[in-house]
Amino acid sequence: MTDEENIVLQAKGLRKTFTLSRKQQRIERTASRVRVAVDGVSFSTRRGEIFGLLGSNGAGKTTTLRMLSTLIRPDSGDALVEGLSVVEQPARVREKIGFLTSELRLEDFFTPNYLFDFFSRLHGVPQEECHRRKAQLFDRFGIGEFAEVRVANLSTGMKQKLSIAVSLVHDPEVIIFDEPTNGLDVLTARVVTDYLREQREAGKSIILSTHIFSLVEKLCDRVGVLIDGRMAACGQLAEVADGLSMEDRFFEIYQRQKGGEQ
Amino acid sequence: MRGNIAAIMQKEMARFFGDRQMLFNTVLLPGLLIYIIYSLMGSGISQMVSQGQDEVVAVWVENMPAGLSWMPEGGEGSMVVVERAFGQGSVDSLADKDINAVLVRFPAGFDSLVAAFPAGEVPNVEIYYNSTNNAASRAYTQLTQMLEQRYSAYTVNAPQFEGQHYDQATPDAIGAMVWSKLLPMLIVMLLFSGVMSLAPSSIAGEKERGTIATLLVTPMRRSELALGKVLSLSCLSLLSGLSSFIGIALSLPRMMQADGGTIGMAVHYAAADYLALLLVIFSTMLLLVALVSILSAWAKDVKNAGTMVTPLMLLVMLVGLLPMFQGDAEVSWGVSLIPFYNSIEAMTAIFSHQMQPLMVLTTLAANVAYTAAAVWVLTRMFNSERVMFRR
Repeated sequence: MTDEENIVLQAKGLRKTFTLSRKQQRIERTASRVRVAVDGVSFSTRRGEIFGLLGSNGAGKTTTLRMLSTLIRPDSGDALVEGLSVVEQPARVREKIGFLTSELRLEDFFTPNYLFDFFSRLHGVPQEECHRRKAQLFDRFGIGEFAEVRVANLSTGMKQKLSIAVSLVHDPEVIIFDEPTNGLDVLTARVVTDYLREQREAGKSIILSTHIFSLVEKLCDRVGVLIDGRMAACGQLAEVADGLSMEDRFFEIYQRQKGGEQ
Repeated sequence: MRGNIAAIMQKEMARFFGDRQMLFNTVLLPGLLIYIIYSLMGSGISQMVSQGQDEVVAVWVENMPAGLSWMPEGGEGSMVVVERAFGQGSVDSLADKDINAVLVRFPAGFDSLVAAFPAGEVPNVEIYYNSTNNAASRAYTQLTQMLEQRYSAYTVNAPQFEGQHYDQATPDAIGAMVWSKLLPMLIVMLLFSGVMSLAPSSIAGEKERGTIATLLVTPMRRSELALGKVLSLSCLSLLSGLSSFIGIALSLPRMMQADGGTIGMAVHYAAADYLALLLVIFSTMLLLVALVSILSAWAKDVKNAGTMVTPLMLLVMLVGLLPMFQGDAEVSWGVSLIPFYNSIEAMTAIFSHQMQPLMVLTTLAANVAYTAAAVWVLTRMFNSERVMFRR
């Protein structure tokens, strides 16, 4: 397969602005009514690779991922997931992706067992397949013994693991995880990173956003550095790092970018 | 794709029936509360009425007609009848509610006036009493009833007695009239309270808690989400409304008994009436749920949703009050196109035995059409990031 054919997701010039309220304008000391959250971001991910989106808080990582997952529409630009446009065919795109972010919550009232079945149904997963995957994922993330405990009574880590399992009910080709190890202890975080590696071996395309440099170095094949909504650097991990640690490299890019603005 | 609507509906039902607290608050409590409150009110009223049961009332009669066989002394209600003239001072003294007295003044030559009727002067009997004095009130009722019985048989055109008219309606018709004025508003209010206890928490609540976003990243269509929500919430709200209805149905007879049984409650409706009523109620519920859902989807959180729905509630209640101020004027066909007013009119017509199938049908069709439009709006809202992620 050529590199071109390997591409699963392609973002082209994604741009998103938000309207500021008067109060926000005062807080941010700006006369502008709009804030550009993401400004012309392009990148692509391939089959069997983990792409890391690196950036500080407010750099536009989550906004970019929300556009890819069709929760919000780009002002301009587009992204193709297996050839399907997030702007034109959002419902079809949602069939292909598994999305995890902290703003997607699960109803406290229900049990992991119920929620897994419910979301499988919404994704059109046949019942048998649903049971098989549930056994597999619950076992993998240690949810099994809590299967009948209401979400309200689960620990933060267990809730996060359940959210991961629920986002994968339909065995998606593209996995988009926003800060997946946030709030997890070392052991649990390890379960998640190991699982992502396995998925890469299985040929899935994985995008994850993080501000943890070590995670990028350990896990990612390719990396994109977002600064103030712009893609400041993008490429193979080794290429971008260019002999430095990712952390040092990030600061260098950051200073160059900020210096260029001033 | 119908599977997704069913999935959403089943989830809503599971949420509802799995939560004992919610079930108690929305299904059991409204009916129970209404039953208890209305029954208490009923016994309170009957206590009030029975007060002064064994007090003696003095009845002064001026110009007592010779032909009148007056109530026996010490008879029912313990009246002491005295023949004597009285002045304005005596009339004014009745303002004191502690004075157990009724003053009756016949015109001079009453018997000859009655005999000559309808020619000549109308024989007018003046009766003075204080309606806040229970004993005097009861005596007044007995006296007027007696005068009625005595003189309505006497002439074809009965003489006019003050404050009294001859009601020729059957108990069924009276009951139907009371029902038709009272019940439509009561039903709409109960439906509303049912909707209010469910829709804001199901839509604004899911938005507030971030659980609706999880639904929005599934391939399910937004229209399926909207329809699933509206249908399940309608069924559940109907259940809540039904509970209140049962509470009313059980307590109303006790309340009406308190009235002394003057309002006939024995109203009979045909199966077609009940069917039409059910359909009108359900279609009204659909529209109500859809509108409250739209407001809830727009609201930032459950509290905000409550505030936003209040004007709609006031408007609907106001519409519900209209039948009480209306005569029996013929309702024009176009009315069945006005949301809520159409349902109120249709229910009023059904309760007063004047159901017009065409009007009921257009009401149903209009309600379903408006609901469809509202579901379309709701779908658009679920699609809009500005609405769904509004902070």
